[in-house]
Amino acid sequence: MTEVGRNVTKIDAFKLARGEPVFTDDVHPVGMLWAKVLGSPHAHARIVSVDATRALALPGVVDVAWHAQVKAIPHTRAGQSHPEPSPWDTVIMPEKARFIGDRVAVVVAEDLATAEKALGLIDVQYEVLPALTDMDEAHRRTDVLIHEVPDPRGIAEGGRSNVAARIDKQVGDVDAALKTCDHVVERTYWLPRVQASHIEPHVAISWLDEDGRLVVRTSTQVPFHLRRILARILEMKEADIRVIKPRVGGGFGDKQEMVMEDLVALMTLRTRRPVRLEFTRTEELICARVRHPQRIVMTTGVMNDGTIIANRMQVTADTGAYGSHALTVQGNTGQKVLPMYPCANIHFQVTCLYTNNPISGAFRGYGAPQGCFALECHIDEVAKVIGMDRLELRRKNHIRLGDTDPLSAKLGEGKEGLVRVIRSTGLEKAIELGCEAIGWGRKRPPSAPHLKRGLGMALAMQGSGIAGVDWGAATVKLNEDGSVNLAVGATDIGQGSDTVLAQICAQELGIRYEDVRVLSSDTDLTPFDVGAYASSTTYVSGGAVLKAARLVREQLAAMAAERWKCAVEEVRFGAGLVNAGPDRTMTVAELASHALYHVKVQPMATASHMSNESPPPFAAQFADVEVDPQTGEVFLRRFASAVDLGTPIHPDLAEGQIEGAVAQAIGYALFEEVIVDAGGRVRNPNFLDYKIASALDMPEMITILVPTQEPSGPFGAKAAGEVPIDGPAPAIVNAICDAVGVRAYRIPVTPERVWRQIKEAGE
Amino acid sequence: MKIDVRLNGRDTAWEAPAGATLLAVLRDGGPNPARMISVKRGCETGDCGACTVLLDGQPVNSCVVAAGRAHGHEVTTLEGLAADPLMISLQKALVDHAGVQCGYCSPGMLISLYHLLRECRAAGVRPDDHAIREALSGNLCRCTGYVKPVAAAAAVAAALEAVQAAAPGKGTVAS
Repeated sequence: MTEVGRNVTKIDAFKLARGEPVFTDDVHPVGMLWAKVLGSPHAHARIVSVDATRALALPGVVDVAWHAQVKAIPHTRAGQSHPEPSPWDTVIMPEKARFIGDRVAVVVAEDLATAEKALGLIDVQYEVLPALTDMDEAHRRTDVLIHEVPDPRGIAEGGRSNVAARIDKQVGDVDAALKTCDHVVERTYWLPRVQASHIEPHVAISWLDEDGRLVVRTSTQVPFHLRRILARILEMKEADIRVIKPRVGGGFGDKQEMVMEDLVALMTLRTRRPVRLEFTRTEELICARVRHPQRIVMTTGVMNDGTIIANRMQVTADTGAYGSHALTVQGNTGQKVLPMYPCANIHFQVTCLYTNNPISGAFRGYGAPQGCFALECHIDEVAKVIGMDRLELRRKNHIRLGDTDPLSAKLGEGKEGLVRVIRSTGLEKAIELGCEAIGWGRKRPPSAPHLKRGLGMALAMQGSGIAGVDWGAATVKLNEDGSVNLAVGATDIGQGSDTVLAQICAQELGIRYEDVRVLSSDTDLTPFDVGAYASSTTYVSGGAVLKAARLVREQLAAMAAERWKCAVEEVRFGAGLVNAGPDRTMTVAELASHALYHVKVQPMATASHMSNESPPPFAAQFADVEVDPQTGEVFLRRFASAVDLGTPIHPDLAEGQIEGAVAQAIGYALFEEVIVDAGGRVRNPNFLDYKIASALDMPEMITILVPTQEPSGPFGAKAAGEVPIDGPAPAIVNAICDAVGVRAYRIPVTPERVWRQIKEAGE
Repeated sequence: MKIDVRLNGRDTAWEAPAGATLLAVLRDGGPNPARMISVKRGCETGDCGACTVLLDGQPVNSCVVAAGRAHGHEVTTLEGLAADPLMISLQKALVDHAGVQCGYCSPGMLISLYHLLRECRAAGVRPDDHAIREALSGNLCRCTGYVKPVAAAAAVAAALEAVQAAAPGKGTVAS
């Protein structure tokens, strides 16, 4: 192995470091209009009338659109594979606003300042309706319905209740099993609303090309899903829409959704001119997507020796105004988490409610960070109740090689899934290496006498793509000088997938990574891919690249065998050479030239790949904290992650995934929360009041890759993107509990919350 | 309003609406021909640092600086440092340490690190890990967890120290 496993230069790194014009907003088409959206000031209100006369009279304003002028075709903006498991509860411009910031009108003008000014000149009459911002109230009440019309495919309960999704799946019989257990431990955990906070906001620019086709250049994770959704709601042919994804300034799931592309497309079609829309940070924190807030009740039945007999997880979640990802995020909360401790009796229940709060959606981890927080805190609680060491309890019960996962078979992605068998795991090794790195069992003394020190740990697992659903395709084309053009639908959003896919291609063809050029995510020019989500790109799209490269290699081998009059099986590839024995050698370039000018065939192949498996990557994560009991302040000193993501294709980029995920999860644990008041208004929509981790907030970071060989993955690879975001919050909270003896059941663990708990415990 | 500014070493005249921010003029251009697109828009409240530029050699968040403030002053963006050896070495180190993920915050980070290392070089000191983190604390990055960007800056700082130590007549540099 030479190209795979090597820390090659990330394919786009230099142009990014030079600040070259590579992002959506960096190039403006001639004659571009600037769009702004008028958001609802009410959490729940019927839009009675819209009068844009004064706005349209403002010099520079070109067009204003609102619900009365736009055909209402129900859809979901979730950006998922067809058939989408999210309810079709959305239209481009709603006639009823369902959260503060919901779309009321969209303006386009010759410049941004004019567009902004025009918003204040649109006269809107609202009929204000009672707002439901508490999920339990939303559950109880059927007199106020946030969605009054049933969604056409019957996924949500629109028209009957405010329930957006329900799940109730059971393996074995938990109630019966609990009666046989030595101990039953029940606790409730609360998870906050947090935001992905990619530094590049949502931004999209659309225009009509010289043939009148719609072009949308956008910061998206799902170019092909986007094209499909746009075609349906704009009533166009897919071939008349081209979606181009340039470099993307971070996505983290928040750019899986069609947050704004329909608006720029609509206004381009209305005005026949290029249109640009970009969210401000305030709009991001109000109108983009947030991680679902949840309340999770964990009930665990356990024997005195630590054997877990039964596990029940009951999730109540707030999907906000629309149900994008309502079913599947919550499904993941159990599916990606409960299998960590296999037992005969598992019960998983979800009730996900519509409210008049900001829209919840996809965010890295996709439900698993919530579930992992509850389960991994709960394991510490169970250990305390039965008087067992918390590491020993985990080691006794965690999933092992060859284990099956009956829950995932029952759940799938909104339908019955496939049986999962663990065919690679480095979890035991990860636990061992993580313990060693953090000094488990050898707690360091506090750095000052007034501080208390504690260690905590958590285990996590995720998936590698959605089994039986996610797929991608790749085209490999060999040029006469031996260089390769690789076209993939897979979507590089900064994680480095273009680089990793080029490495996989080079490895299989026995050429250098530097000889591969990647074209990704342009719906006109590349084959299909579901996009960058569900930790799928290396594992699923990488599998497509591997297949396509293998097909080209077979074409080349046949040509070489023909030329050398030898058997195809004798032809070998490597180090840029093709040979069949010592005296029959040529370079790949010579063979390519032979193909193009002698055989007159283009060595080229397109291959598609889907996996019926979703092998979980595993993580063992450890926190070393100090707490000041006088102030409640938490100092995270060191954080160690030992992660089995299969064979890393690019170890530095894999580490980067872990380090970035840990930074986001530290915010989840300690300080991030989008605060929404009882009226549905976001109280902290800016980076001063919604704080994300800076360089000074980071602990000493220890990141350990634990390589395994996943038989179903390209060159043994599994996924890296999501699993490391799951464990930090529970590990940190478990460490705080170890330090000061009180447990936070709610994150973020702000100094005030810690201080109050310590005070209450002392009283 | 008319603003005379020395932009990246060239005398430049901007036309800008009253109240325009330095970011808006640099990035969006408006009636001005040059778009300095390395200057990124991230928050417009001075909190994320994606729009960091040098104003008379000092790093500022251009989203909270009035464009008029630049009248008669010198503004330097990443474009203006394209041939600067220190900036080139910082860019290379950031790339080599895999410190670029999505790259949206990279230009702002590089401006902050450039300022730090130039000041440290002038003072003859080598910044430690904490000094690097302080210099980066105004540049929010959601991808990297800062581990690799900090390592990249430390590597450049170490190389600078080695060069200075080897330079005749400079003496040893305290760390």
